[in-house]
Amino acid sequence: MSVAPVAAPTAAPTPLVVERGEPRRPFTLGSLPLHLVLILLTVIWVVPTLGLLVSSFRPGFLTARTGWWTAFAPPFQFTLQNYRDVLDSYNLLGSFINSLTIAIPATVIPIAIAAFAAYAFAWMKFPARNILFLALIGLLAVPLQVTLIPVLSMFKNFGLNGSFLGIWLAHTGYGLPFSIYLLRNFFGALPNDLFESAAIDGAGPLTMFFRLVLPLSVPALASLAIFQFLWTWNDLLVALVYLGGDPAVAPMTVTIANLVNSLGQGYELLTAAAFLSMALPLVVFLALQRYFVRGMTAGAVKG
Amino acid sequence: MDIVRITFLLGAVIGVPAVLVAYIVGADRLIRLLPARLQPAFRPWVWVGPALILVGLFLVYPVVATLWISVLSTDGHQFVGLGNYATVLGDNSVLIAIRNNIYWLVLYTGLVLVFGLILAVLADRVPYEGPVKSLIFMPMAISFVAAGVIWKFMYSYQPAIATQTGTLNAVVTSVFRQQPIAWLIDHRTNNLALIIAAAWIWTGFAMVITSAALKGIPGELLEAARVDGATETQVFFRMIIPLLAPTLTVIGTTLVIFALKAFDIVYVMTNGNYDTDVMARRMYGELFNYGFRVGRASAIAVLLLIAVIPVLIFNLRRFQFQESIR
Repeated sequence: MSVAPVAAPTAAPTPLVVERGEPRRPFTLGSLPLHLVLILLTVIWVVPTLGLLVSSFRPGFLTARTGWWTAFAPPFQFTLQNYRDVLDSYNLLGSFINSLTIAIPATVIPIAIAAFAAYAFAWMKFPARNILFLALIGLLAVPLQVTLIPVLSMFKNFGLNGSFLGIWLAHTGYGLPFSIYLLRNFFGALPNDLFESAAIDGAGPLTMFFRLVLPLSVPALASLAIFQFLWTWNDLLVALVYLGGDPAVAPMTVTIANLVNSLGQGYELLTAAAFLSMALPLVVFLALQRYFVRGMTAGAVKG
Repeated sequence: MDIVRITFLLGAVIGVPAVLVAYIVGADRLIRLLPARLQPAFRPWVWVGPALILVGLFLVYPVVATLWISVLSTDGHQFVGLGNYATVLGDNSVLIAIRNNIYWLVLYTGLVLVFGLILAVLADRVPYEGPVKSLIFMPMAISFVAAGVIWKFMYSYQPAIATQTGTLNAVVTSVFRQQPIAWLIDHRTNNLALIIAAAWIWTGFAMVITSAALKGIPGELLEAARVDGATETQVFFRMIIPLLAPTLTVIGTTLVIFALKAFDIVYVMTNGNYDTDVMARRMYGELFNYGFRVGRASAIAVLLLIAVIPVLIFNLRRFQFQESIR
């Protein structure tokens, strides 16, 4: 059997819109309610974010007294003062850097560790393989809360609480079951012929992994990376518990959650802070949406 | 960003994978020194080793330890059996948290599934499907903390005599000519208000997956039904829904787990006040607001674990079924 044109399983990212290959229905008056309902729902979904974005550019005295929608009527009063204030006075820049310091290694480390394990689960035979993999699937559903107290006391014993190293390790441990699950399903779907012919050519597991599996799995690795990055960037609970209240290491989520309590009615600063924390994930999301959707639909649609 | 931090970051990002590769390559060298027939017995453990150790350390051991802590007194010196559970379940505010989790379980799961389905089906029929789905899906990229700020702003309340600055109350007062509502404080609305904020984020998730499954239904199948005289309503309820049922179930299980673990939204928007507390927030409170009450906190965590067990079993069964048809 020839292995030349190997079709890697869905190597191309799934676009958000899959054409079904049938002609679109022409626009008719009868479909007007459909369009109205859909557009209304979309508007409802966008308004909350839009309100936040507009408010973040309005002067505080206006935000306190009038609704954000009045900004669209004259006099058009916009300012960058809110952003300046939160960046200067509330150490949001520091938190932004902390978030990066947490999220980048907490994305790279689990994926690297999971890739090796997933390869073994997909293509190596060993006694407890199925039991161990079932255990990982079971762990996917376990609430983080059940692990907090023992891990926290473990961290305290080793002086890891309040440290980046501790939170990287925690995110790695928590992220591994899903990462291994996703990658193992992807690796396992690679055609068997590929490995057989590579073995005939004398390739060992190392060569197969680095030369064959990894290059073919770039889409899966990309979607996993986006997931893990968004999870760790957006995480509040893990940072809150393991980093404690120290503002020097607090990521944006923790800083903003604290601001919500302390600012009370100082909404204009809060809106700017919230938008700063959303900016990076939104850019990642918009740029890599296809991979994100691919990873999400991978496990769920089949079956 | 200072130099120390950058070095630290690079060290982790480049160093850890480099060490891992060196470990795998080095271990493989050692394994190749073994007789050929022994090699396949050792090699897999080298590859899964680091992952198993970390999962054991951060998930398996802590779960067992939490089970143990939950039957000890808070100072850890005394075995109290189910004492912590009795204390926790006898506490009215914990019962309110459990009640709220049930609200979350039903309403959050229901809202997300229904809106995800409606949006997927509607968007499937219009030429501007892509942009609509992107916009609905976008909140998935935002943290619950940011979403909490967004929705606190939506729900913002001023006394009736003042100008309403919150979007919802502006609509209530100017369009519907009603008194403004203190959404997050009023006991009739506040739990639903939190659930809606969370559902707003996750509906895109349900929509995208439902939509992918919808595209998988052959068009001829539905067309055949229409030719045979089925109305659109019949096609939807008698064909589309049953065909999507397995997908909707899978989405549902994800949502159920999330509903049980709900923490961030509640922490940011009400901090559990005004009878909006949930189990996960309460557990955090037992630890960090009421003086590190470890026994009670772990009892609550174990109750959460028990609640996810049906979902856990369902996931395992589904996986075994998938493997059997592979």
